[in-house]
Amino acid sequence: MAADESYPDDLRYHREHDWARIGDGEATFGITWFAQDALGELVHFEPPEDGASVTKDQSYAEVESVKAVSDVIAPLSGEILEVNRAVADAPETVNEDPYGQGWLVRVRLTDPSELDSLLDVEAYRQHLADQA
Amino acid sequence: MQTLLRTPLFERHVELGARLVPFAGWEMPVQYEGVIPEHRAVRADCGVFDVSHMGEVEVEGPRARDLLQSLLSNDIERVEPGKAQYTLLTNEQGGIVDDLIVYELDPSRFLLIVNAANREIDLAWLREREIPGSDVRDVSDDYALVAVQGPRSIERLELPDAPPFTFAEGVIDGVECMVNRTGYTGERGVELLVPAGDAVQLWDAVVSRGAKPCGLGARDTLRLEVCYPLHGNDIGPDTDAISAGLGWVCALDTEFTGVEELRRIKEAGPARRLAAFVMEDPGIPRQGMEIAGGGEVTSGSHSPMLERGIGMGYVPDELARPDTQLSIDLRGRSRHARVVKKPIYSREED
Repeated sequence: MAADESYPDDLRYHREHDWARIGDGEATFGITWFAQDALGELVHFEPPEDGASVTKDQSYAEVESVKAVSDVIAPLSGEILEVNRAVADAPETVNEDPYGQGWLVRVRLTDPSELDSLLDVEAYRQHLADQA
Repeated sequence: MQTLLRTPLFERHVELGARLVPFAGWEMPVQYEGVIPEHRAVRADCGVFDVSHMGEVEVEGPRARDLLQSLLSNDIERVEPGKAQYTLLTNEQGGIVDDLIVYELDPSRFLLIVNAANREIDLAWLREREIPGSDVRDVSDDYALVAVQGPRSIERLELPDAPPFTFAEGVIDGVECMVNRTGYTGERGVELLVPAGDAVQLWDAVVSRGAKPCGLGARDTLRLEVCYPLHGNDIGPDTDAISAGLGWVCALDTEFTGVEELRRIKEAGPARRLAAFVMEDPGIPRQGMEIAGGGEVTSGSHSPMLERGIGMGYVPDELARPDTQLSIDLRGRSRHARVVKKPIYSREED
């Protein structure tokens, strides 16, 4: 069952429709409600390897719906600490709960100064409105 | 910017919340609720598709049959009024200009239902080759076409049983239509041809009888699971029917365009074949991906019934046998697939 549209205000957002939940020196990444809705039901998650380096604004994984494949863009740079195996096994988890059970990876951040470039929820909502 | 054509059911698609996409020059619903629930509805019960973008061509006259026999691969002498036949429009090289279904309305009048993307090509092809006593007319704009597919489709529409590839006049909740026992899903079902002005009334009647609206997304995954080729992906002017596994719709004992070449390919054995495969590794194959050893994926997607990647592609003859392991380049990652006998999916007999 697909989730209702929402954009939690405790997250930081990237223009390519990714979110980051910032913790102490690390962050959890996922894709926004808008991204999963645009793709439709996800049927495959191609995760990065544990320990892989990810670079802000570059692809670190792929998500696929029946009809299309999409790169997942890293909102921040870092090193993969953990991949969400539950999403690899059941990609539709992202549709059902994009900000909770549908998180994609946990990352150790390597450049905390990059945080300033991310959008807060108001700015991300404005970005969505500008695209519409 | 090109203006997209709309079917008589366009407003219905908008009201149902369809996601609309350009397809072969038409603005068509790719999905309503989602590809997977729509796909499963057709496998389990009944779904309805607007396929009014497809072209309808009438060929009429005392020599209509002769014209079609000389241009189409299958043997039209085996068709009679009330019967339909899957067949190919072939070129001189044995390539496939289009695949279509021909319906014999009466001994001197035939209806061809053709792919939307090939409507103009087919018309030009037929008209250039018209002979005295045959008349080719595009009647596409006169009709809408509504496919009702799934194991419960016949009972939901309260239609009599009838064999596949037959047709008859019928009435569904007051709407007169041509009821064709054909489809593109591998399930029981019908394709209903109606005057364009009656399309909305027919659609509403079918939906109120419990058919789930389905988009072109589910149409594609359904046809791929049962290995029906898609013109433009799996077959085309540069692929021949024998290599594509469509020798069964080529009457090589009749004379039609390209038959000599097809006889030669059949005699020699094709160098490559259109094989069906199921992914053994994670990932979804897509059109254009390379298959190691000289092959290429022509259709690939996720199978909602098998819940894994499936596809078809041309491979060298020696790689086409069932159980052969293939390696497919999924965006830089080599992933394994296994060749399977067609169809990829078939209903468990109950």
